[in-house]
Amino acid sequence: MAASPHTLSPRLLTGWIRGCIWHLERRAMQESPHRLLHLLRNVNQQWITFRHLTFLRRMYVTQLNRSLNQQVKPKPEPVAAPFLEKTSSDEAKAEIYEMSPLSAPGLSPSREPHAKEALELEAASVTEGPVAAGKEAKEERQWKEMKLRWDDLPGALARLSKIKLTALVVSTTSAGFALAPEPFDWTCFLLTFVGTGLASCAANSINQFFEVPFDSNMNRTKNRPLVRGQISPLLAVSFATCCAVPGVALLTWGVNPLTGALGVFNIFLYTCCYTPLKRVSIANTWVGAVVGAIPPVMGWTAATGSLDAGAILLGGILYSWQFPHFNALSWGLREDYSRGGYCMMSVTHPALCRRVALRHCLALIALSAAAPALDVTTWTFPVIALPINLYISYLGFRFYRDADRKSSRKLFFCSLWHLPLFLLLMLTCKRPAGRGDAREPQG
Amino acid sequence: MAAWRPGSKTVVLPLRRPFSSRGCQLAPERSAERRDAAPSRVSSFCPPRKSCHDWIGPPDKYSNLRPVHFYIPENESPLEQKLRELRQETQEWNQQFWANQNLTFHKEKEEFIHSRLKAKGLGLTAESGAKATLNAEEMAEFYKEFLSKNFQKHMYYNRDWYKRNFAITFFMAKVALERIWRKLPLKQKKSGT
Repeated sequence: MAASPHTLSPRLLTGWIRGCIWHLERRAMQESPHRLLHLLRNVNQQWITFRHLTFLRRMYVTQLNRSLNQQVKPKPEPVAAPFLEKTSSDEAKAEIYEMSPLSAPGLSPSREPHAKEALELEAASVTEGPVAAGKEAKEERQWKEMKLRWDDLPGALARLSKIKLTALVVSTTSAGFALAPEPFDWTCFLLTFVGTGLASCAANSINQFFEVPFDSNMNRTKNRPLVRGQISPLLAVSFATCCAVPGVALLTWGVNPLTGALGVFNIFLYTCCYTPLKRVSIANTWVGAVVGAIPPVMGWTAATGSLDAGAILLGGILYSWQFPHFNALSWGLREDYSRGGYCMMSVTHPALCRRVALRHCLALIALSAAAPALDVTTWTFPVIALPINLYISYLGFRFYRDADRKSSRKLFFCSLWHLPLFLLLMLTCKRPAGRGDAREPQG
Repeated sequence: MAAWRPGSKTVVLPLRRPFSSRGCQLAPERSAERRDAAPSRVSSFCPPRKSCHDWIGPPDKYSNLRPVHFYIPENESPLEQKLRELRQETQEWNQQFWANQNLTFHKEKEEFIHSRLKAKGLGLTAESGAKATLNAEEMAEFYKEFLSKNFQKHMYYNRDWYKRNFAITFFMAKVALERIWRKLPLKQKKSGT
């Protein structure tokens, strides 16, 4: 279940900042190699702070991986991207987009043991002497005991459930709930919120359970908990069940059966249709777009109890949005998809990929005009949304025509701010209650 | 991968077992250590004696998969043994597939680049001295061709992977239940005394 199966994470900004830090550190390294070697020699001493380790890690990760890449695979294009943090599959794909030739094990500073092990690996390759033996010793230190650590568990489960993507899914559901022409009921809202969140966690966990070897081979997904062995497949499935059952129960009995049914359907669609289909046919993108479209529909049906035109419209908006977003993103991941065996339009039907992205950008203009026609918003909405809709369509056209990395990136980044702004504008132009409705609006 | 027993003083070198068939093997051969086509790294890692858990290593250079050293408890039940052997065999099968896949990909990519550069009349090194490369759009042809060429292979792999994954998880559940069941009478005895 997803806002899109491949939606942005707020960590994109973090990634950029880290990229800038990388550049600064790299410059520092070039200027003071002696200081670094000194630090390296003392690497096992306790007084080395974690900041030093992270600093060294970053430099040597990029150094090591650059040399590895030149041995194993020639870079198809020059690497301009800084080192960027890893994310889960559906988050901040721009990072991987930029760093795909650089297969740095994306590590965040919060994961200290990993940083140390990466540091040790790199330190070994830089120091002189019996490099091979040193390397072996370092590699041995990278082995981890597969013991369930209770203090690591919440973090691991958060990554398993793609918590940030879940948060985005839940926010589109909330938007659907808020846009529905019913008085805002806090209890119902909270039940929908929690129920959808749990259902999304369950779906994302099963997705990761299915994709372990594929995730291991793609840069942006290779630090997932199942890939790293932090949790077992049994635990992942149990966690998914423990989320799905109460989540669906909350939606069915706490909200209404229609919302519950949509929740179950979406979990099924994501785990049993979209996930396997990714490796079989390009139709997965359309299925994935439906998966992303259902949460706001659920928000609407939670509020109103019925699947009416407004719900379909909201679903349609999210559905159309998926295409410029994902197609632009996938343009830079073609190598990974090809090697991993993923059937994506950007690899097999590149012209179709761009055409569909442009088509759906234009569809967003039409859908925003349909909103007042269906009494969801006032007529102000298509007018004020026109600038952003025209802009994304223009970028969609550029992507269609130029078919290059630059235009795909621009389109992708535009889609990231376009959706929240679009929904916000819809909310501000929501058709006031009481128009043709006998009930009084409540706070 | 090797398995190790607690208290053993010898280091069991985890040489890769041969991958002989696509089907699910529950009892891989330990005797003949044939090197298969996929390159593998011999790790001399040996977990500490007092640890009674599996150990997971860094990603393999070729397959990007993380190898696991499986722990064999002294009182390993037949079910636990079956699970461990299934996991071991699946690990080797995965290692074989992905190492081959990645190496083939890189090799064919190099060949494609060379042939295209040759067709263009360019050498392998650019004027600046760096390695000559093709742009993303030229590479896209290769990616498309590689994907369609390997489609059937991926279909078989997917099908087998799903089956193995379900089987492993199912056995894990059975083993977990068995362990809980084993502990129960002990608890009752303790509370009785």
